[in-house]
Amino acid sequence: LFYSCLRGSDRVPLFPSPARTHVNYEVKDNVAVIRINDPTSKVNTLTRQLQDDMMEVLNEVWGNSAVKSAVIISTKPGCFIAGANIDMIKVCKSAEEVSKLSKEGQMMFEKIEKSPIPFVAAVNGTCMGGGLEFAIACHYRVATKSKKTVMALPEVMLGLLPGAGGTQRMPKMLGLPTAFDVMLTGRSIRADKAKKMGLVHHVIDPLGPGVKDPEERLIEYLEEVAVGVAKGLAKKTVTVEKKKGLMQKVQDAVLGIPLVRNQVYKTVTQKVMKQTKGLYPAPLSIIEAVQAGVEKGPAEGYHVEAVNFGKLAMTPESRALIGLYQGQVACKKNNFGKPEREVKSLAVLGAGLMGAGIAQVTVDKGVATILKDTTTEGLARGHDQVYKGLNDKAKKKSITTFERDMTLSFLKGQLDYSGFEKVDMVIEAVFEDLSIKHKVLKEVEAVIPPHCIFASNTSALPIREIAAASKRPEKVIGMHYFSPVDKMQLLEIITTDKTSKDTTASAVAVGLKQGKVIIVVGDGPGFYTTRCLAPTLVEGIRILQEGVGPKKLDSLTTGFGFPVGVSTLIDEVGVDVAAHVAEDLGKAFGSRFGGGNVDVLKTMIQKGFKGRKSGKGCYVYSAKKKDKQVNSGTEEILKAFKLTAPPAVSGDEDVQYRLVSRFVNEAALCLQEGILADPVQGDIGAVFGLGFPPCLGGPFRFLDSFGADKLVQKMKRYEDAYGNQFTPCQLLLDYAKDPSKKFHK
Amino acid sequence: FNRPAVLSKSKKTLSKPGVRNVVLVEGVRTPFLQAGTTYADLMAHDLARGALQGLLNRTAFPKEAVDYIVYGTVIQEVKTSNVAREAALGAGFSDKTPAHTVTMACISSNQAMTTAVGLVASGQCDAVVAGGVEFMSDVPIRHSRKMRKMMLSLNRARTLGARLSLLGSLRLSHLVPELPAVSEFSTAEMMGHSADRLAAAFGISRLDQDEFALRSHVLAKKAQDEGLLTDIVDFKVPGKDIVSKDNGIRPSTMEQMSKLKPAFIKPHGTVTAANSSYLTDGASAVLIMSEEKALAMGYKPKAYLSPTYAIPKVLERSGLTLADIDAFEFHEAFAGQVLANLTAMESDWFAQNCMGRKAKVGAPPMEKFNLWGGSLSLGHPFAATGCRLVTMVAHRLKKEGGQYGLVAACAAGGQGHAMLVEACPQ
Repeated sequence: LFYSCLRGSDRVPLFPSPARTHVNYEVKDNVAVIRINDPTSKVNTLTRQLQDDMMEVLNEVWGNSAVKSAVIISTKPGCFIAGANIDMIKVCKSAEEVSKLSKEGQMMFEKIEKSPIPFVAAVNGTCMGGGLEFAIACHYRVATKSKKTVMALPEVMLGLLPGAGGTQRMPKMLGLPTAFDVMLTGRSIRADKAKKMGLVHHVIDPLGPGVKDPEERLIEYLEEVAVGVAKGLAKKTVTVEKKKGLMQKVQDAVLGIPLVRNQVYKTVTQKVMKQTKGLYPAPLSIIEAVQAGVEKGPAEGYHVEAVNFGKLAMTPESRALIGLYQGQVACKKNNFGKPEREVKSLAVLGAGLMGAGIAQVTVDKGVATILKDTTTEGLARGHDQVYKGLNDKAKKKSITTFERDMTLSFLKGQLDYSGFEKVDMVIEAVFEDLSIKHKVLKEVEAVIPPHCIFASNTSALPIREIAAASKRPEKVIGMHYFSPVDKMQLLEIITTDKTSKDTTASAVAVGLKQGKVIIVVGDGPGFYTTRCLAPTLVEGIRILQEGVGPKKLDSLTTGFGFPVGVSTLIDEVGVDVAAHVAEDLGKAFGSRFGGGNVDVLKTMIQKGFKGRKSGKGCYVYSAKKKDKQVNSGTEEILKAFKLTAPPAVSGDEDVQYRLVSRFVNEAALCLQEGILADPVQGDIGAVFGLGFPPCLGGPFRFLDSFGADKLVQKMKRYEDAYGNQFTPCQLLLDYAKDPSKKFHK
Repeated sequence: FNRPAVLSKSKKTLSKPGVRNVVLVEGVRTPFLQAGTTYADLMAHDLARGALQGLLNRTAFPKEAVDYIVYGTVIQEVKTSNVAREAALGAGFSDKTPAHTVTMACISSNQAMTTAVGLVASGQCDAVVAGGVEFMSDVPIRHSRKMRKMMLSLNRARTLGARLSLLGSLRLSHLVPELPAVSEFSTAEMMGHSADRLAAAFGISRLDQDEFALRSHVLAKKAQDEGLLTDIVDFKVPGKDIVSKDNGIRPSTMEQMSKLKPAFIKPHGTVTAANSSYLTDGASAVLIMSEEKALAMGYKPKAYLSPTYAIPKVLERSGLTLADIDAFEFHEAFAGQVLANLTAMESDWFAQNCMGRKAKVGAPPMEKFNLWGGSLSLGHPFAATGCRLVTMVAHRLKKEGGQYGLVAACAAGGQGHAMLVEACPQ
């Protein structure tokens, strides 16, 4: 009551409110230094409390005539403001409620922008979403070049838009093209890049150790510099405007022409439509809000921003993307406790694409890694792959050449087992053949210390079958990486009933160190991801056999939201690998994995069409041409295996749902059988490992939003036409029967 | 300067039974001049020769009695990559005396002396000349890598056609020259930039730095005027005057210094041209011998030497404490750097978190610290500074009547060097 009385008064309390916990300030040489720190969390977010505290402080500052300028700074290490609090949006029931939140944010930042005294934002650490919108409402920005200082407007990745004035201020600050780029990609911007773009005015280098913790001192130093700037702004010895370069002037002049601007909107919209296939509403909403502001003035701009923000928050796409974000956060934790010993040195067997990739992500985090192969040629190739991966980073300036060299020094390539007596973990990435896996397992176990873990990077062979050759099955585990390892975020860890908890904890810890998003699943042929992929690929072959060309199949799948079409996926995975998996899993699971004829793939292999790696698969690949052509050889094979399409289930939409329903049904079966521990991991695995459409949020989120009953109806139609590969599993039937049942709360 | 001699030292002397005492017999240097002034047309080995000859002249030491020569240099003149040998031969040393060149950034001549001490202590040599030279008036500026590659291929091209086609590949970008790196290779950071960050990390203000720099210049001027800089030997520049004085000592005023803009971190940095050492030409040389041989040859050695890396180590190994030291000579690359080092030595946090020690080392008292000026004022020819420090501390001990002196210097690449010097009985 006391708190609300205070807020209801003239909003300039005579004494600091006892309720003020997140924001505080002091006046230093006529500069109000406003410090943010949310004591209840590791990061600062724009919660209700923080906003209320901030408004109260701002009103006090504005009421104090001795204050001539102000600095906004966070005293939280590594974080300025990470963004708005997602939960605040999630609890809202209607678009109007969310719009109201947006309007409140807009108002607060507008007050700062129009403040009679200049504001300096002093940024160290994460400055994202609402945090960056806050910073750009200030008149001047100083940022540290700490690695933790990252600026971004990532709302688009959550199916939202920057709803606190971002769509209005960004174009003014960066120009239309850059502003669109920042807001439509949500990409992260480091401080020096931000300086070049004109997003910040002034950068300062991080400090080494002094007489206290370096980051603590850095924040102090940042404050000292920012206070200096603030004083300068008040005295007008520092100016906000920076000199524009010739290119900037030319761009401004050109964009001053309404016709040119219209062309920009059109081009950007086309680009978005091409990339999203119209499946994501947020980018279009962003364009609309920007356009409203630029063409019709700020009042209309802010209005459209707030209204669109509210609308977007209610879309299933936004729910799906937020679900993925939160799932990803959940899958970046170790739920198996702290391992007994930290893995400090690791060995990878096989320097192929996967092995070298695993080695790269491991040395990248400073873990001493042995890369063992059987031939010098193989080893040299693998070493080059790691070097190239690191060198590409150096070329992009995300690391220095010195850091590249130092990272590479953690890698030791060799042909024998020397030094294995000291490694803490071995990850094998040798050829997918059980007898070869058994051979290396025995060789390795003869040399490694007792505590050493043996992990197998296999995509389909059951771990228990590999572990059968082991003297110590409790130390054997599956670690299924995805290619290319340095780009794909997912790691699927497979435990058998004999794998010890500590072994699992250790594997998860290594994966987390490598920067992976991790799902831990039960053992079985194809585990979770490969098991979902196989029936989908088989169905894809069936569709090809029915006369739908590879290009059409690709456009149907990407049109549904998959980032890569099924025909291209077969080429990328490798026709031989696809055949291997389809056949092996077909044997294990029987007719449920039937549909397409695996002989199509086998014939392709005979003709040398092994996919991208051999230059020919469904398509013909050449280094010169960007536009790939359908491989006529494959078309002939498909003709030889031609089947008639049942017209009732062969429309474009049915083709899409045939593919998706087989994927989703298999995912549901994995949950039903306990391969998956929960739907969250199922969604994360499908999206991050297999490219299940992110706008649908994963198979389980999709079932929740689309309706299990609707999918079951479709499947029954397909079942009638094709047979039991479309029989919905029991779990699906249960959820179809009771529509109130949801996988995600 | 009338400080009563400290009565109770932790140790009477550093000499150990059964180990040869290594002594500094004499140390000299050419005058240190700002780059681009009177020395401008010389080469590095000319200055080095000057220092070596000066040492011989002053000591009247027989050339053939020198067993070894070690010389430091940082920016290498490619024509004289073993500058030690070129300078020694030019100075008339025996061609039977081997000479090698070392490089360790700003502690190159410290390393040269350390090598010399090792050679003498182990009994391999009795008399070694160590020194260092830096010549910043001329630095090797190279063709670009592309151009070099083309020129080297041109050498190998046999036919006219092949040569013409190579020349045809010449582009304007080939002609952009490559300056010697001002930034460190591993960190891509310039020293001045690094010094500014260091000062900021330790909270050293611009005012502190300017005051310290002014102190250095004032003390150097005083030492110069009082004739204390006796390590200088005259240098005759062909066709020009004889140089006999350092020319970078310029006491300014705080007001003038405060007007300067930051030189590296703009606009909020604190390191300026006035509180940094400047680009300097100069050379130095010292004669290091076993005590017995020096005495046998009738020399009066100035000081005993015992080098290691970093101050606490050198003190602990010798069984001394900071309070035992009578004269400190620290290298002053930047005022901010010296002050940051002193602050670090006074900090328990730094000792515990960055040095793995239980408590701070403690900082030297300013009344014993760099009393005749330092690199900020006298100049800093990178590889010549170490010998200047050691000779100066020996001279100070003699002048002030102290027993122990401590020399410390920092270098690019995050390295440091410290040496204990004990006055020889007069």
